Amino acid sequence: MTIPKLKYFWQIIRRLSGDDAYEVYLKNFHNEHCHHDSTERSKPLSKGEFFKQWQDEKWQGIKRCC
Amino acid sequence: MDKTLKSGLWVLIAILGASALGGIAINRGENINALWFIVAALCIYSLAYRFYAAWIAATVLAVDFTRATPAERLENGRDFIPTHKWIVFGHHFAAIAGPGPLVGPTLAAQFGYLPGTLWILVGAVLGGCVQDMVTLFLSTRRDAKSLGQMAKDELGALGGTAALIATFSIMIILIAVLGLIVVNAMKHSPWATFTVSATIPIAMIVGVYMRYLRPGQVLEASAIGVCLLLLSVVGGRNVAEHETLRLLFDHEGLTLAWSIMIYGFAAAILPVWLLLAPRDYLSTYIKIGTITLLAVAILLLQPSIKMPAITQFIDGSGPIFGGKLFPFVFITIACGAISGFHSLISSGTTPKLLSNERDIVMIGYGGMLLESFVAIMAMIAATVLDPGVYFAINSSAGIVGSNAIDAVTKISAWGYPITIEQMQNLAQQMGESTLFARTGGAPSLAVGMASIFGKAFGDGLLAIWYHFAIMFEAIFILTTLDAGTRVGRFMLQDILGNIWPKMGETSWTPSVIFTSSIVVAGWGYFLYIGVIDPNGGVNILWPLFGIANQMLAAIALSVGTGILVKSGKLKYAGITGLPLTWLVIITSTAAWQKITSPDIRIGFFSAANDLAEKLASGTLPAAKASIAPQLILNLQLDAWITLFFVSLLWLIIIDMLRVCWRSIAGKPVLPSTESKHMQSRLLDAWIRD
Repeated sequence: MTIPKLKYFWQIIRRLSGDDAYEVYLKNFHNEHCHHDSTERSKPLSKGEFFKQWQDEKWQGIKRCC
Repeated sequence: MDKTLKSGLWVLIAILGASALGGIAINRGENINALWFIVAALCIYSLAYRFYAAWIAATVLAVDFTRATPAERLENGRDFIPTHKWIVFGHHFAAIAGPGPLVGPTLAAQFGYLPGTLWILVGAVLGGCVQDMVTLFLSTRRDAKSLGQMAKDELGALGGTAALIATFSIMIILIAVLGLIVVNAMKHSPWATFTVSATIPIAMIVGVYMRYLRPGQVLEASAIGVCLLLLSVVGGRNVAEHETLRLLFDHEGLTLAWSIMIYGFAAAILPVWLLLAPRDYLSTYIKIGTITLLAVAILLLQPSIKMPAITQFIDGSGPIFGGKLFPFVFITIACGAISGFHSLISSGTTPKLLSNERDIVMIGYGGMLLESFVAIMAMIAATVLDPGVYFAINSSAGIVGSNAIDAVTKISAWGYPITIEQMQNLAQQMGESTLFARTGGAPSLAVGMASIFGKAFGDGLLAIWYHFAIMFEAIFILTTLDAGTRVGRFMLQDILGNIWPKMGETSWTPSVIFTSSIVVAGWGYFLYIGVIDPNGGVNILWPLFGIANQMLAAIALSVGTGILVKSGKLKYAGITGLPLTWLVIITSTAAWQKITSPDIRIGFFSAANDLAEKLASGTLPAAKASIAPQLILNLQLDAWITLFFVSLLWLIIIDMLRVCWRSIAGKPVLPSTESKHMQSRLLDAWIRD
């Protein structure tokens, strides 16, 4: 396996586990705020705050089977 | 690739698959290599995926890759997120793969390796995979709605209510049987009990770490958790050998059952971040890691299958559960071939991540193929054991007698020779005091896995491998148990909220405590009866679970068939209609036999009557006489539950047929709730995530 492949694999693991969820959120957040250049620039959530919300939402409904 | 070359390759795969399957099917009396199972399965899966699944997607469902999915249209950066297909596949598979495909094949191996293997392969490619894929497609076209909602919108209120009741009932029965399996694995085994108990504080440590110490560092926290889990497997030996510590973890089944009920209740009311979420992370890593390891070990070791292709127990006299090959092999295999439960993940959950309709084949159909492959490996792990050992572990004391001499004499008389020394040696190698009558499938699977791992990676660590396998099964059984109890609580709160809105508030403490207690009492009752039942309980609960799960599959397939007919695709309705017909036949036959059979090992009422007569005539030993009234009541209850399930099933079928008939006759039916076509803007996006 080459280094780029290993990196790609590591990316997949991080994405699957939610390890990079905050980075994705920040990216989305900045994209959103570029599009709608509102005067009231709200700040993104901190990592801790974001993770709390993310984890609580992830656990709504049926997530595991037999 | 050149077209001729491609066709040639597929012809080769077909020939190879047919030879492997033929070899497995006609082999008699000789040991057959497990590799043939893997080859047959992989060839059949490839052919089905390349041709059948692709045809269904292109022709029947007409998936449209230019159409925006709910994840794109309703993207909110939270639950609706267009995601790369491999990531969605990972989430989907982690959600659908539970203990079912491991336990079902292990129990069904009492008929020999052949019937179960054939149904795992055929049932998956024609039934289970189609159900998962069609449900995923329908939900994707309907804003990621749940199965219950789709049933209500497309068929009518009856379908929706039935789906809700079926889901709730399965949850209760499933949790009870899973709890029983864990209890049987831990009974008088300080090592197993210590390791399984240790998973709870370990999950909590991981939970606190992820939430407060290093927020969001999921992989870091999980790595710590996995290391601690492995330490707890190794450390369990020291606990088991320690004079006073071992007493703390050496318990009767009943004590363990009560502990599991308390645990389930706590898990349902504690915040998810503390127990449920971190435990789920750990169980997912351990599950995927162990399954991969098992596949590698089987490929490396290529063990011989020692179980005959077919045993005499196809006549219904099997020691693990009573009932003939037809219909009980289908009911028992359950999740490895077709699982109604998957339709709950395929609708509602997975469609919210799907970035393009063309990924439906890989995720819906492919995900279930992988689950079926897990079932094949469980079948291999059960059948590489000496049949005598397999029956000694899995037969309850009520069938073969509670002392070792009776058990080995009886099992040897069936034609599966086994000695007490052999069982004692095995127990000693596995670090257990005894392996007799450890019903439920987990211990025999663990012995099978330990012997495969031991031979592939070094024989010296058999006891560690055995307890690792027990931990592996227990950790995700407990994950299903606590997640299920919590979901059951939410469902009950939702139902009660219709009567008294305050009860529907999911965070109102009295409602939380009340509904959690009801759910735990529901499964706790069946677990309690299962533990005191001298016949082991699994023989009653597993078929009940199988019937309930197939019933939910029938609901999903009814929704699929109904929508296909309504949308003018009557000529293709067979893709869901045929598996549905088969499910209705097996579920109804099994239910009929469970209710009416005069054989006391099959019929609930006849078993209840037989026990009542024996109790009245005073022929029961004192110990059994004291529990007989509870057992009689339970058998009668089980019969009524079965009747309820099968009546519900037929109501749904008749309702679906009514909708189809009206549609064909040109009469008005509920309008299709398919969302409007909207051009996807993600087509050019490089990675689609």
